[in-house]
Amino acid sequence: MSANSNQRPETGGFFARDRAWHAPALTPEYKTSILRSPQRALLSLDGTISEITGPVFGHSMIGELDNDLIHNYARPGESAIGERIIVHGRVLDERGQPVRGALLEFWQANAGGRYRHKKETYLAAIDPNFGGCGRAITDDDGRYAFRTVKPGPYPWPNGVNDWRPAHIHFSVFGHGFAQRLITQMYFEGDPMIWKCPIVNTIPDRRAIEQLIAPLDWGQTIPMDARAYKFDIVLRGRRSTLFENRLEGN
Amino acid sequence: MVQELHRLKETPSQTAGPYVHIGLTPNYCDIRGVYDGDLGTAMVNDQTLGERITVRGRILDGADTLVRDAIAEIWQADSAGLYNSPSEMRGTADPNFTGWGRCPTNAEDGYFQFETIKPGKVPFKDGRLMAPHITLWIVARGINIGLHTRIYFSDEAEANAIDPLLLRIEHRQRVETMVAQKDGSTYTLDIHLQGPKETVFLDI
Ligand SMILES: [Fe+2]
Repeated sequence: MSANSNQRPETGGFFARDRAWHAPALTPEYKTSILRSPQRALLSLDGTISEITGPVFGHSMIGELDNDLIHNYARPGESAIGERIIVHGRVLDERGQPVRGALLEFWQANAGGRYRHKKETYLAAIDPNFGGCGRAITDDDGRYAFRTVKPGPYPWPNGVNDWRPAHIHFSVFGHGFAQRLITQMYFEGDPMIWKCPIVNTIPDRRAIEQLIAPLDWGQTIPMDARAYKFDIVLRGRRSTLFENRLEGN
Repeated sequence: MVQELHRLKETPSQTAGPYVHIGLTPNYCDIRGVYDGDLGTAMVNDQTLGERITVRGRILDGADTLVRDAIAEIWQADSAGLYNSPSEMRGTADPNFTGWGRCPTNAEDGYFQFETIKPGKVPFKDGRLMAPHITLWIVARGINIGLHTRIYFSDEAEANAIDPLLLRIEHRQRVETMVAQKDGSTYTLDIHLQGPKETVFLDI
């Protein structure tokens, strides 16, 4: 445990979300958004204790294979088929501070682009040794890592010929419920990223680039697995200096 | 030139997609043996303090069709109005209450449902008490960034009438979109993603 662990929990409000950096709710090229997008203005206000607080998840709940998608669904002695990769990175906030104890949950298609889900209809084969889910909790420096196979791209019903680039879905819990985030990670060099209607819901190219993990040659394990680095940034929070303290604070 | 602020940009949100259950509730979608159980399915135990309630709701799209592939998460105070969180500095919350729940909308009837307790009141930033409420967050295919709203309670009309957040709603007939209706110990609320009954969603 580092000295960070002895720090007083932070209680400041979160920075206002830069909504122009995110996709708007209505993005007609991604057709499902048309009927699922709120049309009224959001009610904007500074976070209260109901959003500043959030649940915590202890390292004790994480099983030994939770961050190893190659083995966590495989039969004993077997492993998932596909390109072996390590995905690692840090969870930071907008101030650049590490977010420790953050719960990350990830899910993905198998190497052929097929999900293990009853609503999935793609003809690519199921891998009997691949479930497709994993999770990790960040350490005191905000670091996480997991091992998996590189997911395949897959077609989806939107336009006549739309394909998702290879991607991994991430769900992130920070320290406050207002930081709750779900996003997707893409892979450096994939030309399909720029053709994807879901990627292109994000208006700013720099924001899209924030979702593309570079190949990390330094962390690549020789004769074993290549590495990709994916850092995640959650909303920052104000220091409580000069702020009205909540009663008893 | 001035000094650099050294701020980072928040990672952009992306839709949870149609297969969100694989990641968040794998046992619900028959991926067994990876985790012991799905997170957020049990908020209470035998010793939890407070009034036991059931909170359930449906999510409807702009054509009034049920959204059956969403995930709802809730976050709430315990019966004394304390959050089970390290950022809670006012006291120690009931250790037998997690305050957090997660539930997919059911593939048949479209309901999410939580067995929980009625939360106590918690203060607004200026010290006024807010009416008892539950924070609700929704993700699904077609939703680009998770939607925040709140669930208030129909039997708290007096407290709701002076709730600092509800008072901020300009179009007063929309207040009821955040109020769950009580029937016995069950509170029910329909979330409308768009249309004339669109729920008030929060940028908070
Ligand atoms: Fe996907």
